[in-house]
Amino acid sequence: MSRGAPHIPEAGHPRRARPAPAPVPGTVADAPAPAPRGTGHKPDIATVWAWLAGVPDPEIPVISLVDLGIIRDVAWEGDTLVVTVTPTYSGCPATSVINFDIEKALRGHGIADLRLERRLSPAWTTDWLTDTGRAKLEAYGIAPPRPAGGPQHCPHCRSTEVERISQFGSTPCKAQWRCLSCREPFDYFKCI
Amino acid sequence: MSDALFEYLCRLGDNTLVLGHRVSEWCGVAPVLEEDIALANTALDLIGQTQLWLGLAGEVEGKGRDADRLAFHRDAWEFRNLLLVEQPNRDFGVTMMRQFLFDAWHVDYLKALTESSDARIAAIAEKSLKEVTYHVERSADTVIGLGDGTEESHARMQDALERLWPYAGEVFHADAVDEEMVKAGIAPDPSSLRPAYDARLAEVFAEATLTRPEDDFAHKGGKDGARHSEHLGHMLSQMQWLQRAYPDASW
Repeated sequence: MSRGAPHIPEAGHPRRARPAPAPVPGTVADAPAPAPRGTGHKPDIATVWAWLAGVPDPEIPVISLVDLGIIRDVAWEGDTLVVTVTPTYSGCPATSVINFDIEKALRGHGIADLRLERRLSPAWTTDWLTDTGRAKLEAYGIAPPRPAGGPQHCPHCRSTEVERISQFGSTPCKAQWRCLSCREPFDYFKCI
Repeated sequence: MSDALFEYLCRLGDNTLVLGHRVSEWCGVAPVLEEDIALANTALDLIGQTQLWLGLAGEVEGKGRDADRLAFHRDAWEFRNLLLVEQPNRDFGVTMMRQFLFDAWHVDYLKALTESSDARIAAIAEKSLKEVTYHVERSADTVIGLGDGTEESHARMQDALERLWPYAGEVFHADAVDEEMVKAGIAPDPSSLRPAYDARLAEVFAEATLTRPEDDFAHKGGKDGARHSEHLGHMLSQMQWLQRAYPDASW
C-alpha cells in the first residue's frame, strides 16, 4: 500500500543511466536528445511534455500517459521538476507503475531533481482523454468512452448492434461489451 | 478536534477496508466469470479508497502511522467500521444484498461529503463517488435480477434482506464524533440521509419483489468499536496474519 512520490535520490547521486522507454508512435518525433547530466540544464516545459507523451500507459500501452489525461501539470520549482499526476481509479494497481515509469523516463532524459505530486481534485474524467488517445484506443479494439454511457459501435466491425455484458472489465477503467453482428466481445472504456 | 477527526476518518477507511476485503474473498470463486471480475473490481476500488481515507487519518493523527500501519496493526476493537460490512459473505445473494444496503448509503453520503469544509475530505469523496456510482448501479441491478428471478433466488434474497436488515440502520445513528463533524461542517448529519435511503430502497425492493422487514431495530457498536460481531476478528486474523507474523515485511 505504499503511495505518493517514489524515493528520489539526491541530485548527483551516482546511478546507471537507464534507456528511455519505447516511444509511442507519432508523439515524440520532435523530442530532443537527452541533455547531458550534471550541467544544471533545465529543458523547457514543452520538451518535458513531449517526453511524457512518449511514456505508454502500462495497462493499455497503445496510448500514452498524456493521451490518458492524467498528467495535470509540469513545472519547475527552482531546480526541481514537479510533475503532478492524478489517479484514474483510486485502487488502480497501474498507478504505482505509472509513477515509476514517469520517473524512469525523465531520469533517462537527464532529469536528476524530480518530484511527483498526486492531485485528487478535480477527479480524473474520461473527458481528459485526448482525441489522439480516443482514436488509438479504437484502432486497438477498445471502444472509446462516450457520455451516452455506451460505445458508439463495435470497434471491430463498426456495427451499432452491441450489448453490455458487464459494467466491469479486465481493468478498473473498462467494461465488457459484445457485438451482436460479428459476435466478438470487446472492451469499452468506461465514461467517468 | 483532531482526535475526533481521526476517529471519523477511521470510520470511513475501515468501512471501505473491511467491505473491500470481504468482497475480495470472492476472487476466483464467484458464480460466473463476469461476476468474479466485477467483485474483484469493486474490492479494488474500495481498497483504493481505503488508502486515501486511512492515509489521511494517519496524517491527521500525526504519530507516523500510515495506511498500512492502520490497516494491519490494529486489533478488532480499534476498528471503526459498520457492523454491516463485517458480516460474512455466505452466498452470492447475501453478498450482493450487503453490497446494495451499503452502496445505497455510501453514494449519497459521498455526494454530501463533496461539500465538506475540509478540502482533503471533499477531494477523496469526489474521487470515490465516481467509482461508487458504478457500484450502486450494479448492486441494485443484481438485487432486482435475483429478487425478481427464480423461486430459489427470490427466497434467498428475501432471506438475505431479513438477515442483514438489523445491521442496515447503524449508519444513521449519530454519536459525539458525528456531532463534532456536523458542527465543523465536515460531514452531514447521518440521520439526514435516511429519507433518500428509504426511498431508494423502496424503489429497488418494489422492482425486486422483495419485502422490507417492518422492524427497524438496528444493532450498534461497529462505528464506535464498542461491540463488533465475532466475524470481524476472524476476518482480521486472515487479513493481517502476514504483517502480524512478520512485522513490517515488504517486497
